[in-house]
Amino acid sequence: MRITRVWGAALLMLALAVSPAAADSSPSASPSESGDAPTEAGTSFRTAAEFEQGMTATASASTGDYLYWSFPADAGGRPTVRATVKLPEAAGSASTWQVDVYDGLRRRQACQYGAQTRTADAGAASVELSCTLRTVRAWSEQWSDDPLPGTYYVRLTTTRLATGDLGLPVGVEVRAESKDIGGAAAVDGSLAQPLVPGIAVTSEQDDEDSSAEAVLSSLEPDDGWASGWWSDRWVWTALGAVLAALAGIGGYSLTRGSGRPTRVPPPGA
Amino acid sequence: MITRQRLAAGVFVLLAALTAGIAVPSTAVADETTATAPKVNLLLDVSGSMRAKDIDGQSRMSAAKQAFNEVLDATPEEVQLGIRTLGANYPGDDRKTGCKDTAQLYPVGPLDRTEAKTAVATLTPTGWTPIGPALLKAADDLEGGEGTKRIVLISDGEDTCAPLDPCEVAREIAAKGIGLTIDTLGLVPSAKLRVQLSCIAEATGGTYTSIEHRDELTDRVNQLVDRAADPVVVPKAVEGTDACAGAPTLTSGLFTDREEFNQQRWYRVDVKPGQELRASVSVAADRDVNPHYGVLLRAVTVKNREIVRGEAAGNGRTDVISTGLRYPKAEAEDEEDEDTAETVCLQVTHSYAPAGGVKATPGLPLEITVDVVDGPDQATDVASFGLGRGWWLLGVLVLVGFLAGVLWGWLSRWRVAVWRTN
Repeated sequence: MRITRVWGAALLMLALAVSPAAADSSPSASPSESGDAPTEAGTSFRTAAEFEQGMTATASASTGDYLYWSFPADAGGRPTVRATVKLPEAAGSASTWQVDVYDGLRRRQACQYGAQTRTADAGAASVELSCTLRTVRAWSEQWSDDPLPGTYYVRLTTTRLATGDLGLPVGVEVRAESKDIGGAAAVDGSLAQPLVPGIAVTSEQDDEDSSAEAVLSSLEPDDGWASGWWSDRWVWTALGAVLAALAGIGGYSLTRGSGRPTRVPPPGA
Repeated sequence: MITRQRLAAGVFVLLAALTAGIAVPSTAVADETTATAPKVNLLLDVSGSMRAKDIDGQSRMSAAKQAFNEVLDATPEEVQLGIRTLGANYPGDDRKTGCKDTAQLYPVGPLDRTEAKTAVATLTPTGWTPIGPALLKAADDLEGGEGTKRIVLISDGEDTCAPLDPCEVAREIAAKGIGLTIDTLGLVPSAKLRVQLSCIAEATGGTYTSIEHRDELTDRVNQLVDRAADPVVVPKAVEGTDACAGAPTLTSGLFTDREEFNQQRWYRVDVKPGQELRASVSVAADRDVNPHYGVLLRAVTVKNREIVRGEAAGNGRTDVISTGLRYPKAEAEDEEDEDTAETVCLQVTHSYAPAGGVKATPGLPLEITVDVVDGPDQATDVASFGLGRGWWLLGVLVLVGFLAGVLWGWLSRWRVAVWRTN
């Protein structure tokens, strides 16, 4: 009887343990439409237009332009950048479009999957590109180029274009969203400061001065940069400890049999 | 009496201080804003071909005039706008004179909209298309000040004043290091004009647009003027050397330099223990280069041991190739070494190769960012704080817990049995 109660409690705990696992698989749906998304794109790393994840940045440009945006990405997320290019009607031949993502150190980041490069036929109305990065880690060794928390640059351009199609008007939409990977990607260690270009210069300035000064990158995630100490590993480990304790009690009670030895008559008999 | 005098003196001093306090900062601010005000020079082709009536049924000239009027209305206050013409004055056939025909229609400075509009209204399509010389003059117009500088070139025909290649002119202007961008717009362009204007734009990091309709022209010029008004970080010019010894020392900031083909550039950065060096470099392709290229950024010690490197390679059409590196320097073990900075040498090399017939000088533009920040703590475990996660962890913990419970139970039964027997 007691054993069943113990195992029942253990099963209940197990059911509870599913919740962190279930939470992992749901994407972090935090599309904050607040704030204004840029309607212009930059033309270099230096002039990249900044936008928050979940916003849709738009721009009107010309074929052949190199368009730059930047957005902040924090540890534990796996950002996906999607771009839609509305192609000019007057285009006479096929063009190849490409979206590249660079980290705060201007290192090109690999796309796990997604159509990073696409060739649009002469008559195509639009072309859609996407790039899913690796999970952003809180820390990595200096020799690796793993994605780290900080600014990410998006560059959109044509990599192959007929001369006759240079300079035609195009409309562009860019969007970035992160899937929350959770504790599975929680690594030890963290950067003292996120990989934001120019952060050493901006942190030296007084708060009053910096408002007027131009900076390389000023945005941070909606809820600030994560401090890096919380992950669902705490829940898993604590739960494991509780379960181990319960299992210990269960094992202990097994060796005691079910209460009173059979040869001893019950009291009052 | 004395008190009253003191009081009067005090009031006087106070008043003086107040007026000074009001006056001094305001002039300082004014100076600062004019020094950093963005400058835009609109460079309009007024050559004979602008008479052609092929923009929405209008002549190119009248379309340009209407567009200019709208742009002048929409120009932000802080932008200092100027207008220069090319081919506006000499109608003759003498090539030499025709190729010098460029004039400042409205000087670069605070904008008087009515005056500027009146000036634009007087234009009639006349002469040659001396793009190269006009670009040089337009760059001179913009000289001075630390704000962003932009030339917007609007033309309907390619340069008629060879051998001075406007593309090379643009590159030389950019190499002067005054941070100038040239955007080009082609009115109903031919294939040749497209190539020439986009070459000019790419030489300075600008953009090229083909214009077929008047509203496209207005929108685009407005967009470019607004872009000039956006505040951007202006990089500092440095000159790297070909060895670490004698290389310029960089602190946190943004820098530019020029690097020729098959050249290397060295810089130094001082990094204290417990700090992290972050450096990135991008090399822009401002001319025709072969379609396979790369860049290598190495951080080495003064004794030439490589610490870490960043490398990137690519192919196809591109504006820049860039890479970066991180070097967190470990905390000092002795207290004495805490403030001794290590000199890290940064070496930049690129593997662009010039396409046939392209000039090698001036070098390709480099952009370098350096950030020296606090370093991160060394991680001691792969997982966060060495914590566990997942069903295997729970399984193992439950199993071990259960076995421990059973063992403990047996032990205590055995102990009770032993105690009973005794």
